[in-house]
Amino acid sequence: MENQIPVIGRSQPRFDAKAKVSGTERYAADYYPPGMLWGAVKYSDHAHARLKKVDTSGAKEVPGVVAVLTCEDVAGANRVGIPPRPDQPVLADEKVRHRGDPVALVLAESKEALAAALDLISIDYEVLPAVFDSQEALMPGAPLVHSENENNILHKGKILKGSAKEALKECAAVVEATFRLPRQEHAYLETEAGVAWVEEDGTLVMIVSTQTPHRDRMEVAHALGLPPGRVRIMAPYLGGGFGGKDGISVQCFLGLGALHSGGRPVKIWNSREDSFLSSTKRHPATVTIKLGCGADGALQALCCRLFLDTGAYASLGGPVLTLALEHAGGVYRIPHVDIEGYCVYTNNPVSGAFRGFGATQALAALEQAVDMLAVKAGLDPLVFRLKNALRRGEESACGPLRTYSTGIASCLKTIMDHPLWLEVRSWEKDAPPFKRRGVGVAAVLQGVGYGPVVPDYANAKIELLEDGRIRVYSGVTDMGQGNASTYLQIAGDILSQRFGDMEAVQPDTARTLPSGSSSASRTTFTYGNALIKAAGLLRERILQRASLMLMGAAYTELALLPGRVRHIPSGRDLPLGLIASMLDSSEKVCVYSYVAPVARDIAGIDENFRNMGYPHLIFSYGAHLARIEIDEITGEVTVKSYLACTDAGRVLNPQAYEQQVHGGIVQSLGYTLFEDFQVQKGEILTTGLATYILPTAVDVPDLLSIAVQEEEENGPYGMKGLGEVCANATFPAVANAAARAAGRRIFEGPLTAERILEVLAEEHKGE
Amino acid sequence: MKIHFRLNGSDIAIETDPCRRVVDILREDLGLTGTKESCGSGECGACTILVDGESRLSCLMVAGQISGRKITTIEGLVSQGEMHPVQKAFVDHGAVQCGFCTPGMVLAAVDLLRRNPHPGRQEIRRGLSGNICRCTGYQKIVDAVEAASRDTGDKE
Repeated sequence: MENQIPVIGRSQPRFDAKAKVSGTERYAADYYPPGMLWGAVKYSDHAHARLKKVDTSGAKEVPGVVAVLTCEDVAGANRVGIPPRPDQPVLADEKVRHRGDPVALVLAESKEALAAALDLISIDYEVLPAVFDSQEALMPGAPLVHSENENNILHKGKILKGSAKEALKECAAVVEATFRLPRQEHAYLETEAGVAWVEEDGTLVMIVSTQTPHRDRMEVAHALGLPPGRVRIMAPYLGGGFGGKDGISVQCFLGLGALHSGGRPVKIWNSREDSFLSSTKRHPATVTIKLGCGADGALQALCCRLFLDTGAYASLGGPVLTLALEHAGGVYRIPHVDIEGYCVYTNNPVSGAFRGFGATQALAALEQAVDMLAVKAGLDPLVFRLKNALRRGEESACGPLRTYSTGIASCLKTIMDHPLWLEVRSWEKDAPPFKRRGVGVAAVLQGVGYGPVVPDYANAKIELLEDGRIRVYSGVTDMGQGNASTYLQIAGDILSQRFGDMEAVQPDTARTLPSGSSSASRTTFTYGNALIKAAGLLRERILQRASLMLMGAAYTELALLPGRVRHIPSGRDLPLGLIASMLDSSEKVCVYSYVAPVARDIAGIDENFRNMGYPHLIFSYGAHLARIEIDEITGEVTVKSYLACTDAGRVLNPQAYEQQVHGGIVQSLGYTLFEDFQVQKGEILTTGLATYILPTAVDVPDLLSIAVQEEEENGPYGMKGLGEVCANATFPAVANAAARAAGRRIFEGPLTAERILEVLAEEHKGE
Repeated sequence: MKIHFRLNGSDIAIETDPCRRVVDILREDLGLTGTKESCGSGECGACTILVDGESRLSCLMVAGQISGRKITTIEGLVSQGEMHPVQKAFVDHGAVQCGFCTPGMVLAAVDLLRRNPHPGRQEIRRGLSGNICRCTGYQKIVDAVEAASRDTGDKE
């Protein structure tokens, strides 16, 4: 692989795999700088309380303890978060608002001293009334999580079209249901980690596991009272992210620690328990849907009410709600919609970004309602979906015209023609004794990029090195999805260089250029577009200089080859190292700034809703099929076969594409069946992987992935974002299959064995 | 106390607290950060090492338990610059994404193939069920182990 010029569209191993599989890749958690101190956080003992006194004197006396820091040691704003609501304290000042609120930071020589000191921090609280349910938090008189606010609403939004309530009355078939979607923990393998130190010139430097190095720089500077130019953040490969490292986790603790460590480096690596306690989660959601169709099976009207529990702080709750509402109408044409949602503060763990970004929850509900309506109207669920599926040029239920690639019909048709669907009824009938079988489908989508207001930009930077090798400065974190490898694939394609002749620099605010976050199905789309142009500029420059060195040879006589430029008529080769030596250092680097196109719709759209990301212009699509078996004795659900058809445009590297599809499905299979992050009155009952059950290799079958390759004209090589759309269909597809198998639907996730047994027992109640 | 053991083919002796966790000895004292830690409670398999050829969880072992034994970490699997066939298969078959579970997963697979040189896909899944991966969905890991078992078979 290292000896080949990468080919777009052909499977190739990722170039980062070798170092990772050999144990030599260094993650943020792998740095142990000499002379370092360990840091850890004392978290709140209550879900909602006023801080009366924080006594650190006992902790400070523990041998080996270097510092015990509180909010009084924070010189800046002591707040992190995204405008307009940067409301999360670095260290709690006036109040604590959830059990994961940090109150003090300890620095010590050893982990043992750290643990002893944390135990000796004594905090005097005035416990306050708290609220733990998103709908209760909306009631008049509910305790205010942020006392300066009028109510607990972080963000609300509406999408209105036609007259849904009236249209529902005219429908031939209507269903109504309320779905409860659970909180999900990202459970990346590398918990939040990093090291930080202060350079001699006063620059605060950190190596940290983050999806947002450039944004972190601004947030850390603001919170700690430093000029942004004095903060440098490096983001090596992450040991997983999935949205959970979109924003500040340990960055401010690292920075604060390094500013109070007496010049020594500080390392923080959260225990799994602290990670579960303090990290953001997927928003728990309550979604009520009324959906109706005409006698011809055409969807007519959708009413949807959506409540997201955003926990104690804003994080990315506003945009998550916005995307939930935007995706609540699914992949369909629906002339009348009335959608309204609230993102609500509670004293629960903070909810934030998680792969799918609210679309996952909205679609889990809608796609179950679609199945219920198909049953009620007596229509085949796949035919029903295909009949109502958007085509390019049509107006979607919840958004503007679909002006670009819209491949959902192709996805659905691919399932329709597949043996897993064609033989569905006979397969269901052949269930073994004490087993029940069901097959379910779901159709989903995901917007690509940030939406219309926040600029979705990337600044690609590429360099011809002295030795003739190519270096790509990746501005966007690789959290495991392999974008850095794809960047080299793109650069190699344009510059005709082999993997072995190229290298990638991971995000570093001092070396790579701001290119936004690793999120929003944008990472390859946006940076890839920038890189195509930057690599093209470098190609032009190399050929131009080669032409001069060859006494003005025409470009048509020159071929860029691995490590050299060939002058075809003479057969002479100019090594790239030689060409590099003829370039000034300012000429060796090419940069290009790309901004993704956005939806221009403004009519009738609330400005705040636009600011939060509505609407999107480009969408990826997917349709999934799940065959499942229920064990009547144990209630266990086993997925027997699974098919995912995806329209994420052209495929650049089929192997990397399948990685995303498989991973998205299995992560969502955990969400659907096992992952139950229990929080009771603000207390975290799920403290580790012993009780938070993640799918293992035996819990999933071999998965089938088919790419419906409709070219997206805006995408690099015709691709669209893939990382999220592949995670949205699993919940509803499996839930639809389970409802068929059990004969009854479960309206609350996850679909645990207990819940399955409960609905099976209902069958016998009347007997 | 002084503990002697064989690490990746070399005899070494360290002075350590006998109750110190093996994962900490490897990562913090010896700089072998290829061994990862993810849960610290034996649930995830990220800290898997080979002890006398058998896979063990280094977060649940203390120094005294490795005295006089042969320890292989992921770094020790590469021999004279050549990756182990399982490592190579992981690269070729796309079994690596974020890579944080990978060292433990590879060593668990090496142990599985030692016990069962030609496992079926379901046996591979069972054999690796103590190792959690949050990225791949496991399929390409199973593909890789299956391929490695074929390659090993060819050599026999």
